[in-house]
Amino acid sequence: MITHPRTEELVESVRLWIDEIRPTLDPRNAFLARVAANALATVAREITEGPAAEAAAVAGMAGVLGHGGDYAALNTELCARIRSGDLTVETPGLLAALTTMARDQIAIDQPSYRPEGT
Amino acid sequence: MEVDVRAGLEKLAERLGGQGSRLTEAGRLSGGASMETWAFAIEAPGGPERLILRRRSAPFDEETARSVSLATEAALIQATASNGARVPTVRHVCDAADGLGEAYVMVRADGETLGKKIVSDPRFDAVRPQLARQCGESLVAIHKTAPPPGLKLKAVDGLAELDRYEEVYRATGAERPILELAFQYLRKHVPAPVEPTLLHGDFRNGNIMFDPGKGVVAVLDWELAHIGDPAEDMGWICTNSWRFGRPDKPVGGFGDYADLLAGYADAGGRPIELSRVRFWQMLGSLRWGVMCLTMYLSWRDGITKSVERPMIGRRVSETEADLVVLLEEGL
Repeated sequence: MITHPRTEELVESVRLWIDEIRPTLDPRNAFLARVAANALATVAREITEGPAAEAAAVAGMAGVLGHGGDYAALNTELCARIRSGDLTVETPGLLAALTTMARDQIAIDQPSYRPEGT
Repeated sequence: MEVDVRAGLEKLAERLGGQGSRLTEAGRLSGGASMETWAFAIEAPGGPERLILRRRSAPFDEETARSVSLATEAALIQATASNGARVPTVRHVCDAADGLGEAYVMVRADGETLGKKIVSDPRFDAVRPQLARQCGESLVAIHKTAPPPGLKLKAVDGLAELDRYEEVYRATGAERPILELAFQYLRKHVPAPVEPTLLHGDFRNGNIMFDPGKGVVAVLDWELAHIGDPAEDMGWICTNSWRFGRPDKPVGGFGDYADLLAGYADAGGRPIELSRVRFWQMLGSLRWGVMCLTMYLSWRDGITKSVERPMIGRRVSETEADLVVLLEEGL
């Protein structure tokens, strides 16, 4: 992809502009503008951190399931095997893989959130 | 139908304060999609009054809704107040003559409701260590209230709640392995049945008014009141999504489990085991995760267009980050 500007830079420029005009808005729109700016910050993080997070999730799920595959297929199979009771909290490696996936996802969605146990 | 609330309040002033009373102040405080809160004041021959109007601004069907009607809400607040609960004082329940739709009026109380302030504002430093115990005490008077006869209150237990939210989750079509594991785990750990009681149903930091000197002033927002396991109200205030950045303080971001449980038992509540609270706490995270999914869906399906909704969908991962830790620790 081209680099001048990169996609995440385009997103960041819009986010900064929203922050700039926020003080001029009425309270309801100022609130929604803050949400919109946060949404763009999430998009920027997903662009930069998403590929590594997805690769780690694929590796973790493949380890638990015992075979490779793409993210969507592995995720569907993992859900089905947990739902059937085949995989439980006792299954070696399952909670470790899920913990990595959860940490990577919260780092993209809401990096300021402090999860249980932190 | 659009209701002119200000005109309604002007008319209401005379009904509340008697002839010659007038409205001196009125402003909308907040509003969700379906509920409005107005602060207003009247000048009456008997003296001034500062009041709050709570009214529904969207159609409501008590049969299918999870929440109760505002008349039921007011009746429960009055019943728990007579039983010594710290709740608002209901001043008037509106009827057709008021022209305000479904609504009631409370006496305006002073205090703080913003969860973030309760957990971090230095004004609350002195009282903060007492708040978990006070929350336990506050729940006893609520749980020991016999609901007035004739009210339509839903009854819920752990298994019914799991069934309900799993059905909602399946209907979303989302595939989230951590939510799957939480459903599976909680189904294996449903606590033994217990004598059901009246529950507030939304007892969390953010729905309780606190005073920097005295602590708990009033338990607000009764729309999710129902009948069920008393540990449910304790588990919800311990759910990490309502600790406002203080996961190290399990009760609302301001206190510890032991103080909540001791406050409850010492005030005469039937003692509750921590594992039971933790069951409802974990179910609280799971429930909030499923609710976040449905809020995203309301945007995807065109029911609401606010940018807020898809962003709430991205809060599912906060519940997942909490659930993996709870699953690791156990109840």
